Amino acid sequence: MTVQALRAVDAGRVEDAAAEAIGIRNLSRRFGAGRSPIVALDNISLSIGEGEFVSIVGPSGCGKTTLLKILAGLDRPSEGQATLRGTPIAGPRKDIGIVFQSPVLFPWRTVLDNVLLPVDVQRLGRSACMARAHALIDMVGLNGFADRYPSELSGGMQQRVGLARALVHEPAMLLMDEPFGALDALTRENMNLELQRIWMETRRTVVFITHSISEAIFLGDRVLVMTPRPGRVQIELKIDLPRPRDLSVISSPEFGAYANQIRSILNAKGAVD
Amino acid sequence: MRESTPFKAVVSLIILVVLLALWQWAIRANNVPNYLLPAPSDIYAAFVRGFQTGIYTKHLITTLTEVFLGFGIGLVLALILGLMIALNRTVETYVYPYIIMFQSMPKVALAPVLVIWFGLGITSKIVTVALISFFPILINTIVGLRSADLDRINLMLSLGATRFQVFRMLRLQSALPFIVAGVEVGIIMALLGAIVAEFVGAESGLGMLLQSMNTTLDVAGQFTILFILSAIGLVMSRLVGFVGDRLLFWDSSRKSRVTAKGG
Ligand SMILES: Nc1ncnc2c1ncn2[C@@H]1O[C@H](COP(=O)(O)OP(=O)(O)OP(=O)(O)O)[C@@H](O)[C@H]1O
Ligand SMILES: [Mg+2]
Repeated sequence: MTVQALRAVDAGRVEDAAAEAIGIRNLSRRFGAGRSPIVALDNISLSIGEGEFVSIVGPSGCGKTTLLKILAGLDRPSEGQATLRGTPIAGPRKDIGIVFQSPVLFPWRTVLDNVLLPVDVQRLGRSACMARAHALIDMVGLNGFADRYPSELSGGMQQRVGLARALVHEPAMLLMDEPFGALDALTRENMNLELQRIWMETRRTVVFITHSISEAIFLGDRVLVMTPRPGRVQIELKIDLPRPRDLSVISSPEFGAYANQIRSILNAKGAVD
Repeated sequence: MRESTPFKAVVSLIILVVLLALWQWAIRANNVPNYLLPAPSDIYAAFVRGFQTGIYTKHLITTLTEVFLGFGIGLVLALILGLMIALNRTVETYVYPYIIMFQSMPKVALAPVLVIWFGLGITSKIVTVALISFFPILINTIVGLRSADLDRINLMLSLGATRFQVFRMLRLQSALPFIVAGVEVGIIMALLGAIVAEFVGAESGLGMLLQSMNTTLDVAGQFTILFILSAIGLVMSRLVGFVGDRLLFWDSSRKSRVTAKGG
């Protein structure tokens, strides 16, 4: 697929604005003023549909986290704009759930209290959200751990607390920045399966950032491939694999074809990790 | 084979008794005069005498009053000013440079001036103690309130948290380990400050007693005071450590540090 073809696809989507969750138009972000600013994002345009699971894959430094921060309202674009359900993102919004690379738990709060953090911040009322918080803790496989402290949990368990926390206030979309990057391969595969199951249950819009090509394909409805200096979306691939996907799909020829395609783009840009 | 705890305690006790016995024997056998190095039995006698006559109790109360009042004042002021500096840019810009300047000055050196200003009574001691315990707590409060993890701040902001919520739910808790560490240093400094200020000039107190014993060459008495002072220091730092452990039960780095210290 060529870049021109890509733009055409984008244009087609824009017309279908009712189903658009996230819109990004000619967005750039530069760091540092003067003659040689770092161009973290260079004129990016894309559209993410309501309920879609979009993976973004790319090497270190290509602007993935920067893009995510802009979507979360934590950073502002230098040019262009990002919209959420049609309204420009002007600052942090309450209907977004974020999962970072590290769990970012509050060590003085129990698992339950960590999951309830968004409820406390947004004053949604603990009693009204208690049932959902417990249900989420069960859903991420931590039943029985509600009253434990983060230091008593393994890294994978902590990451799952972060996932439950990101869902407790029923956000319209989920932004995930390499959420499983620090986990071992086995835990990571389990988390992928779990995330897919959760997503199929809740059908929220998900933007999932990763370094791993196979993780991106396994989870995504679409994979955006980014390359650095300047940060650009080189290509987007629609992943036509039936869901629910199980781990055996990874060894299928279709999966291999997708992976090769992505790898060749990254190789061509000299941007493989 | 690894020794059990009671076994270790018994061995430690035996070693202590043997050391004391050796000390006693060495003094008596060589006829060392009391004013050079007293024997353990002399020190014990001085200890009993001091408490029976009520002299030690009186001076002990003076010193403890100075330490606790001074430390309390220093602690409260340090927390208030620390909060103001960490929260308000203007206060920080104009006040912080002076604090940095003051911090590098040894505060005990102020004791003579403070005695001139506030007299021989306990006021000058309380001021010295407050001043000396103020700085470690202040600096740690400022650093602690700034130590909140950026990812955690971002997480809260992304949820729409207000500045005050970030402060209350994140910055205060993140500062706690620093504040407790500051208090642990401050309480020991407080005792030091009280003793030095009493050296400079006082009407009562263990430091003043220690110095007056110097003129009468009562070395045995001085040893008992040193022993009492170490006991106070130990009890105070254990107390602070205990409260700190309760407050910071979630801080796993603290547990390892405390074990290393106690082991
Ligand atoms: N606050 C900042 N100030 C200056 N430069 C920045 C800042 N944040 C990011 N950058 C630069 O922008 C570029 C993209 O950074 P970003 O963190 O988005 O990369 P990334 O794709 O998330 O990388 P990684 O996979 O390593 O997390 C990098 O070159 C980085 O140096
Ligand atoms: Mg990143």
